[in-house]
Amino acid sequence: MSPALIEVRRASVRFGALTALAEVDFALHAGERVALVGANGSGKTTLLRLLHGQLAHAGERRTVLDAQGREPAQAMVFQRPFLLRLSVWHNLLLALWLAAVPRARRDGLALQALQRVGLAEQRDRPARVLSGGQQQRLALARAWAVRPQVLFLDEPTASLDPGAKREIEQLIAEFAQEGMALVMSTHNLGQAKRLATRVAYLEGGRVIVDVPTAQFFNSTLSEPAAAFIKGELGWSA
Amino acid sequence: MGGGFADSLRAAWALVTGFDARLAEIVGLSLGVSASACALAAGFGMAAGAWLAVARFPGHRAAVAALNTLLALPSVVVGLVVYLLLSRSGPLGSWGILFTPQAMVVAQTLLVLPVVAALTRQLVADAWRGNGEQLRSMGAGAIASAALLLLHERLALVTVLLTAFGRAISEVGAVMIVGGNIDGVTRVMTTAIALETSKGDLPLALGLGIVLLGLVGAINALIALVQRWQNAHAQAVGK
Repeated sequence: MSPALIEVRRASVRFGALTALAEVDFALHAGERVALVGANGSGKTTLLRLLHGQLAHAGERRTVLDAQGREPAQAMVFQRPFLLRLSVWHNLLLALWLAAVPRARRDGLALQALQRVGLAEQRDRPARVLSGGQQQRLALARAWAVRPQVLFLDEPTASLDPGAKREIEQLIAEFAQEGMALVMSTHNLGQAKRLATRVAYLEGGRVIVDVPTAQFFNSTLSEPAAAFIKGELGWSA
Repeated sequence: MGGGFADSLRAAWALVTGFDARLAEIVGLSLGVSASACALAAGFGMAAGAWLAVARFPGHRAAVAALNTLLALPSVVVGLVVYLLLSRSGPLGSWGILFTPQAMVVAQTLLVLPVVAALTRQLVADAWRGNGEQLRSMGAGAIASAALLLLHERLALVTVLLTAFGRAISEVGAVMIVGGNIDGVTRVMTTAIALETSKGDLPLALGLGIVLLGLVGAINALIALVQRWQNAHAQAVGK
């Protein structure tokens, strides 16, 4: 197998007295689609942020580096995307500016990204008056525009209606088919089944199960993971 | 006494409505000095406040506490410090601007700078708390985040500027000390009110008081309007 794009070993994250992640080992390879599942407070979002390089931690985090010594291009889409009080178009241009894309390429990439998510008609509208589903599509466009090798998704459809959920899932599936590696936290097991090639179940800041999707849903799992699939687990502390 | 006050008020009203040249000159200088001070303070204060909201460094908490303390800076203390700096024997004495409108602009700039910086810091810090991680995730460092959040909060920043302008136009201590209240040169509304009252020229003092009150009232009305518009806008987008 090729070296992991991103890997953490014995990684722990603490927020004051709370241990959010405890000695986690996790590796993401090119083209993988991983769903992180578990109860609220189990450490899914913390693991996403850790993999994305956004958190101070104990233990080791490694990535493959390109010839210039850069990490793989990454982007993250949040449950409620932060959009600046600007037009759809300017939100995209700013994302490209922040990703250090040369000015000459920004217009073309922004237009492609808007067309990719079906928002080209909305380019001059204020981003914050879009519907929830459209805002999430804009967030996906913003991520896609920078051509990430790894896309992190933090419960990307949690606050959307069923129609918008389907649209977002469709886009995520298409992105994955283009070769993007995905790591997604979700409470929606159906979504994990549809989108992921691998499912990791977290509990109390530890990865308890990390297996291919078919195995997660079809074989006998350890007691907590099996209970979670049956919907018998509540909120963890 | 009551009749005297009523007469003064009538005379003051006549000065205001008759666009008295002397009164207009004083009001014009007041507006010019305070607007210039706010413009200068806005440039540096907003940048410093936004940066302080998103950057973290040793002594950050102390810097924020110091800034918040400066909100209560007495205008006479600012006047005294600027006077010492600009006086002939002071380090900036060679500028030769003491007892000129420029000196008053310097004093008022220093007076409202903490107001602009502290209110901007609070505004940007609130926005950063909720959205900073997403900006960092897109590759924004401290300076880019500060600039983007200033852009994002530009409507609320209008309120900050109006607040600073209200503070500048209504202060008397700093401009009195560094301007000297020279007739036709550095006399602004607040210093003129103080002088005319002591001279017993109540109509002019009252007339200036009416204009000052009107200006402050207009600023408050503008602030309320901006806030109402912001709330309506936030409701419209569900945020």
